[in-house]
Amino acid sequence: MQRIALAFFITIMTAASSFSEVVKPSEVVFQDGAVMESLTAQLGDPASGRKIFMNRKQGNCLACHMNSEMLDQSFHGEVGPVLDGVADRWEKAELRGMLVNSKMMFEGTIMPAFYRDSGYSRNLKKFVGKTILSAQQVEDVLSYLLTLKEN
Amino acid sequence: MNSWKLLMASTITIAASIAAANEDAKLSIEGLDIPVRVSVQSHTPEIDEVRSGWTFRKSETQDLQRDDFDNPAFVFVDQGIDLFDKIDGTAGKSCSSCHSDMNSFKGLRASMPRIANGQIETMEDLVNGCRTERMGAESWKWSSKNMTAVTALIGLESRGMPIKVKMDGDAAEFWQKGKDVYYARVGQLDMSCANCHEENYGNMIRADHLSQGQINGFPTYRLKNAKLNSIHARFKGCMKNIRATPYKEGGPEFRALELYLASRGNGLSVETPSVRN
Repeated sequence: MQRIALAFFITIMTAASSFSEVVKPSEVVFQDGAVMESLTAQLGDPASGRKIFMNRKQGNCLACHMNSEMLDQSFHGEVGPVLDGVADRWEKAELRGMLVNSKMMFEGTIMPAFYRDSGYSRNLKKFVGKTILSAQQVEDVLSYLLTLKEN
Repeated sequence: MNSWKLLMASTITIAASIAAANEDAKLSIEGLDIPVRVSVQSHTPEIDEVRSGWTFRKSETQDLQRDDFDNPAFVFVDQGIDLFDKIDGTAGKSCSSCHSDMNSFKGLRASMPRIANGQIETMEDLVNGCRTERMGAESWKWSSKNMTAVTALIGLESRGMPIKVKMDGDAAEFWQKGKDVYYARVGQLDMSCANCHEENYGNMIRADHLSQGQINGFPTYRLKNAKLNSIHARFKGCMKNIRATPYKEGGPEFRALELYLASRGNGLSVETPSVRN
């Protein structure tokens, strides 16, 4: 009886894990810098994405990008383009590609790749083999960026 | 845009203009005019104008460097004077036993680092060379309080003199190595020195106003940590910010980078000890 219960439990867990499976950094497919497939099965959460955008230890997107939707936060950066209306200018897949690894679209850009875990030089030990954001965090930020419309 | 957003936008504009204030200010210390902008040099065609980090700071920070009584670095320079006169080591000597006239250091900072015996020689090497070989004293750590106090004191003798670091001849291979370090992308953020300090100087990166990363004012007093900071310690800080494993202070990479960066500031004046954020 116990064995049956255990087998049942394993079956459930396997099903759950395949449901929450994410695309690994090395398996992301780019098309002209864009990434068509969602990195996760779960939909992005724009409210979470907004927090990641401003969090200095997570996305810290605000460090480089001015964003009028976030004027409650001080110190908007000037290094990258202003993100007001960014969803009017780019397709979802293009924005996902830029978040995952913007160098696939813009050669030589200063922008870090937020979902890449290898190919770095002199990476700090604690970040070796890690991505800056998780797959879900990328999808969350993406869903937040898609709310930034002017038209 | 509603009125609240408009108010916030104008507040941010004002805040940004305060942060960027006084980029055109002139620097004069104790009656000595110090040029903070020089025309671009043949080996740095990527930038329009060579600018001291002082021009990127807020007016309150700039003011601290205008008057030696206001400049917090002078607390440490005073400690440097005491250390310079202090007998230490088996030979029973102090620095001043041999260097009785501080004036003899005039111009030294402006030419450092330099090549000696086929290697890059820095101010820290000169201090430790004297300590270990002539005084029979222990060497000081690269960025220690004692070391930065004494290198600041010696550097001060050259204040206002144009940086003139040798790049050619026996310096050429080290200069090229330093240039390679400058343009190499490192760390999880995958950035080079050039990404911020050549391509984006003058821009805000969150609350920081990016400078050209000139080293003419080192050791520099930073408001952030309230002490004198060595050039190599600053390099380390930058590398950690981009999540890179820093090179060793006093190691070949940082020595070469110091030489290369010093040359990018050729023509700027020695500002030691400067005040920065």
